[in-house]
Amino acid sequence: MTLILQWLWLIPALPLIAAFLSALAPQPCRRFSATIAIGSMIGSLSLACCAFASTLKHSERLVRNFEWFRFGDQSLQLGWVLDPLTAVMLVMVCFVGLLIFIYSVGYMAHDENFTRFFCFLSLFAAAMLGVVIANSLLLLFISWELVGLASYLLIGFWYHKPSAAAAAKKAFITTRVGDLGFLLGMLWLYSQSGTLLFYNHGHGCMEADALSKMVAQTTSLGLAVSTGISLLIFCGAVGKSGQVPLHVWLPDAMEGPTPVSALIHAATMVAAGVFLVARVYPLMSAHAAGVTVSSALQVVTWTGVITALFAATIAVAQTDIKRILAYSTVSQLGFMMVGLGVGGVAVGMFHLITHAFFKALLFMGAGSVIHGCHEEQDIRRMGGLRKIMPVTFTTYAVGMLALSGFPLLFSGFWSKDEILHSAHRWHISHWPFYLMLCAAFLTAFYMTRQVFYVFFGNCRLKLGQTTSSEQRTVDHGGTVVVEHPHHELPSEPHESPAVMTLPLVVLAVFAIVLGFVGTPAWPWFQSFLEHEHLRFNGAALTEAATLKTMLISSVIALGGIALGWLLYGKRPCQRPGDIDVLERGQPEIFTLLRNKYYVDEAYEWAFVRFNAWWARTCDLLDTWVWNGLVQLCAYVFVGIAWVNKFLDENAINRGFDEGCARLTQGGGLMSRLQNGSLQGYLRVIGIALAVLALALMWGCKQ
Amino acid sequence: MSPLSAYLLLSSFLFAIGLAGALTRRNAILVLIGIELMLNAANLNFIAFWRFGSHTGNQVTGIIFVIFSIAVAAAEAAVGLALIIAIYRHYKSTDVEDIKTLKG
Repeated sequence: MTLILQWLWLIPALPLIAAFLSALAPQPCRRFSATIAIGSMIGSLSLACCAFASTLKHSERLVRNFEWFRFGDQSLQLGWVLDPLTAVMLVMVCFVGLLIFIYSVGYMAHDENFTRFFCFLSLFAAAMLGVVIANSLLLLFISWELVGLASYLLIGFWYHKPSAAAAAKKAFITTRVGDLGFLLGMLWLYSQSGTLLFYNHGHGCMEADALSKMVAQTTSLGLAVSTGISLLIFCGAVGKSGQVPLHVWLPDAMEGPTPVSALIHAATMVAAGVFLVARVYPLMSAHAAGVTVSSALQVVTWTGVITALFAATIAVAQTDIKRILAYSTVSQLGFMMVGLGVGGVAVGMFHLITHAFFKALLFMGAGSVIHGCHEEQDIRRMGGLRKIMPVTFTTYAVGMLALSGFPLLFSGFWSKDEILHSAHRWHISHWPFYLMLCAAFLTAFYMTRQVFYVFFGNCRLKLGQTTSSEQRTVDHGGTVVVEHPHHELPSEPHESPAVMTLPLVVLAVFAIVLGFVGTPAWPWFQSFLEHEHLRFNGAALTEAATLKTMLISSVIALGGIALGWLLYGKRPCQRPGDIDVLERGQPEIFTLLRNKYYVDEAYEWAFVRFNAWWARTCDLLDTWVWNGLVQLCAYVFVGIAWVNKFLDENAINRGFDEGCARLTQGGGLMSRLQNGSLQGYLRVIGIALAVLALALMWGCKQ
Repeated sequence: MSPLSAYLLLSSFLFAIGLAGALTRRNAILVLIGIELMLNAANLNFIAFWRFGSHTGNQVTGIIFVIFSIAVAAAEAAVGLALIIAIYRHYKSTDVEDIKTLKG
């Protein structure tokens, strides 16, 4: 119990150590780096399971804080926390991460930077686990930024492709915009509550004392301080979780390897934003006495609603298999935000967990399809893969049905139903409920469209010609890992190896069974997260309100699937060049959707161009004004130096030289006396003697 | 002219000859001979002053002085000749003009 709390830090530390070892390992040590990465994840997973088991027994919150450093009379404390929320996230991240690691072994088998890839993956997992266990907003922020860094490295993994490098930069910068808000919120929170620890035996910033203090104060805008801080922190979540308007980086992040897409879009990075909101939920939901729902939660809800609908409509018109999934992720993240906003932590987190499994499944299935079709990503050029890739098809279909919310059997139905149910009961406005229904309908529709395009109809794959956006060394036949300048012409689409399909099967199983831990009749997950007593309540399933939402959402999901079948299943696309059925009906709207509402172009026009203009201005200022000043200074100094040099050379040096020459001359003259001639010396002595004698004689005479 | 003056004249004459020889000859042996001449001029002075000078009794101070001086001269000649032989071995010459390495 306390033992697992004591060793909780090992969970992120193990992948971190693996990342270090991989970073130090030389390039050819593929087996070594994959082994330690997977081994560390297995270690973390077992520790996470222990933690989970201990929270099952005692669900109260356990914290362990320590002082990091002290400045003045204040001290900065870090720590980790073990509560149901942490435990659930830990198990999910470790488990999905482990499956993705295993899958990557197959997917990246022919990449020459295999070792580097596993180093980054481990770093990513470590950072994410750090986010999960953090009990201090600061520690969370540090891990959060590490997640951002690792995602930058992974999206830009094939950095020799300009699009990948640009996508990595875009992801990094866009999330940084949100993180600025996060940082400001963190500073404000610290100035208000004096601590960044979430829970500290009654003194943490998420506990009643601090919260009531922050709710009581209002800012100049009339907002409660707690709301202001929540909104700023929510900015970080908006950036990380790809909510409108900072969603633009997420679809572009598809430039990275597919396991990365799975890791980022399912288990970790995007979940971090939702998790952050869930973690600071007490702050988010804190409100004054007269109000029923805090304005922060309303903002969260509306952001989620807009995102969910917005991204779902875009996903309808996309043709890239991974981009459809990316927009679907954005949309589902909107669902989670709505869940958090209208229903609380349990509702949002339940969808996060189920989504993590089936979205990882979908991404890895898409990776398997891409792998099998020789790096083809355009769904119009696929088709008929149902017979060629049976395992991938079956698992993908499970993922698709789960995401669409197919009634009763799949996890996505239960978690989405929970959100819809909460939205229905929300008394601020009914609009979120209706808009979420639209989004759910669209979700079912675009997933059906995608599946029919990819797996049904005739095979439209043009062999021998790849429009690969993932340019890698492709050598599917053997285990040779040699880079061919022109890779072999692919033969036939084929099923992926077992190392890739096995994780798919495992995830598919979870995509089905996970729904049953949170049904209205047996809400184990919700009661676990919210420390409530669990009881089996079969009657809840047949309650009028529950039944009504369940019916509506079933009809919506089935309707979406049916419409998809009607439009794409009955008459499957024949040639890659065929115009989409929707495009034939509404070309303008379809073009608008295909171009993602021109958001990128709008940003390009508004921010990027302004930024470029500002950069050019700065450059001009730099070149002419500041550089001119510096140059002027430099010239003045050069002038002074020149005068100095002149004086030095002509006055000091020459004078010295002249003096020295004279001295040498004098020395020469003097040395002429010492000529070594014996008789010369003798002569001098003789003359001196004579002079002495004469002087003496003259003296005596006196 | 008293006998003393005559002796002194003779000895200064001898000294002058010796000095001239030491200054002008280039052969080291002849230079040494000149120096011996000057030494002997000094010895002659000693004897002359002892014989004709004003002194008491039959003291032999002057003669002893001269005998010492001659002994020293002999030793000096021996040392000088040995030096000249050594120089000759080294330079293959006894010309004092050739031996000029002792200059500043």
